[in-house]
Amino acid sequence: MKVSAVPYVALKALRRNRMRTLLTALGIVIGVAAVITMVGLGQGASSEVQEQVNRLGQNVVLVFPGARQLGGVSIGGGSANTLTIEDAHAIRDEIPEVVAASPEVRSQRVLVYGNQNWHTRIYGQSADYLQIRQWPIESGRMFSDEDVERASLVAVVGQTVVDELFEGSDPIGETVRVRGLPIEIIGVLSRKGMSLMGSVQDDIMIVPYTTAFQRISGRSHAMVINVQVYDEQSMAIAQEKITDLLRERHRLAPYQEDDFTVQTQEDVAEAATETSRIMTWLLASIAGVSLFVGGIGIMNVMLVSVTERTREVGLRLAVGARSPDVLLQFLIEAVVLCLLGGIGGILLGVLATEVIATYAGWPALFSTEAMVVAVGVSAAVSAAVGVFFGFYPAWKASRLDPIVALRTE
Amino acid sequence: MAIVQLKGITRVYKSGSLAVEALRGIDLQIAEGNFVSIMGASGSGKSTLMNILGCLDKPTEGSYNLGGEDVSTFDKSRLAKIRNRMLGFVFQSFHLLPRTSALENVELPLLYSDDNLSWKEIHKRAREALEIVGLGDRTDHNPNELSGGQQQRVAIARALVSNPKILLADEPTGNLDSRTTLEIVELFQKLNKGGLTIIMVTHEPDIARFSNRIITLRDGLMSSDKTIEPLNALQALENWKDEEKIQQESEVQS
Repeated sequence: MKVSAVPYVALKALRRNRMRTLLTALGIVIGVAAVITMVGLGQGASSEVQEQVNRLGQNVVLVFPGARQLGGVSIGGGSANTLTIEDAHAIRDEIPEVVAASPEVRSQRVLVYGNQNWHTRIYGQSADYLQIRQWPIESGRMFSDEDVERASLVAVVGQTVVDELFEGSDPIGETVRVRGLPIEIIGVLSRKGMSLMGSVQDDIMIVPYTTAFQRISGRSHAMVINVQVYDEQSMAIAQEKITDLLRERHRLAPYQEDDFTVQTQEDVAEAATETSRIMTWLLASIAGVSLFVGGIGIMNVMLVSVTERTREVGLRLAVGARSPDVLLQFLIEAVVLCLLGGIGGILLGVLATEVIATYAGWPALFSTEAMVVAVGVSAAVSAAVGVFFGFYPAWKASRLDPIVALRTE
Repeated sequence: MAIVQLKGITRVYKSGSLAVEALRGIDLQIAEGNFVSIMGASGSGKSTLMNILGCLDKPTEGSYNLGGEDVSTFDKSRLAKIRNRMLGFVFQSFHLLPRTSALENVELPLLYSDDNLSWKEIHKRAREALEIVGLGDRTDHNPNELSGGQQQRVAIARALVSNPKILLADEPTGNLDSRTTLEIVELFQKLNKGGLTIIMVTHEPDIARFSNRIITLRDGLMSSDKTIEPLNALQALENWKDEEKIQQESEVQS
């Protein structure tokens, strides 16, 4: 058979059934688009996680309360009141590698300013918290150690609060009320964006932790202690020393488990990356299932097509086509169908990824290399799907007896 | 030397323990340039004989020499090659590909040819074949835009396009009205005059009389083999036209 006639014959057959070709290819389009979108979003999420971890601050160690045994039963991490303000002070003062330590307490409150109000998170922190988090002040100033000592009614606020409560006008020197308590705004934080968990970090008000503990939250224990270590090399040592110090302070016997958790930035990053990786795999597998279903659609349509075109096959055999020619024709039809779907799927997938990424405010997800790989792999996978699901119908067609096929009505 | 030589051809269909003898020993020679009709009641074995002549089926026993080659020993792939090179098929139900232009339908056998023709050559030959059957101005029409007679002409052009030695026609006029039938038979006679061997299965004696040899089968055996002086289809067509004219005139008068 003439070589260039093979794709020609297959394309002609597909063109004769345009609607069916489109609908069948649609299955593959959706499958491939889903895979590409999921992988793209997964990549985006991973790089976002990485960036978030970097934004967490430099050389940060987080100490969480938790994993406390209650009558032999662990009641879970973060649930216990085991970290005190004194713990934070001890970490800061007694461990030479530690530069700063800020006991954190959070509460959700409504801020009232004039006739405006806004529900936000109020964080109690020490004066060096912004240094730990590498979070610059945009205007005004951060509260001082003195403010912390005196439990002053002062605060710095995030951009979201400025936007919502002051509608963009300068809030410095203004007073907001939290349950009747007047708090003076002395500084505005620069914009930070989304956090690891997807919350808007700019929706925040930071007050001295003394103020938060005594006058806002009513709690007496820290939810987290944010610790900054001198340099990266000292992280592991600092982690160890913090553990030893806290065990001593909490008077834990050697057989007792820690009632706190010390995590470095890397631990957090690893956990977050692992989570996003698992999510990517999970979503991509589900998308893969839809690609598989698309492949079954191809097989189904090709089988129907072979049955419908039995007479055509008979005629082709009669005028000189050999079994391999017929096999190849139907196989190429299936592959072309899948490749069409693959191309459509790539375009749709990339578009969907970009739209979602733009909406979520993520950075560009596909580098040129990743793009080439994604396109190449998708094309190869769709072709493979075509061969895999197209082979049986094609084989069936090639086995037809021309005499019987010609007589089919 | 005859172009077709059958010796002791039998064909037995087996299904389970049942064996049906469709052909029970056919000896037949057809000389090049002959126009042969094969007749017989249904079940007489004429379709089976046609399948064997057309290299679509192989005899159970006996030898089939086609153009100097013993094709009864050929495998499927070589038979396909023989069909492509030596034979042209015309069927009762035309067997044209739907939604495909006349030209592309005619090109079909050339796509499976081993000659590896250029696309230009393929288009040219298909156009020539359509001109031979008088459809040079219908190359772009799809089958559903053509009349039954025109569709059968496209099928004949398709059978002719690879310059076969033998044209095999299986009830070629079975789906056509009497005037179109005469036109097709007239085309056959014209092609036959040009040197093409034609073997035609038909159950209509009127049609068989336009060929120059009539073979009748009965129960898997040849029961008669007559060489006759064929009727002239062109003449018959003229007569038919005259009759129709007279009929129309009489209708107008009444």
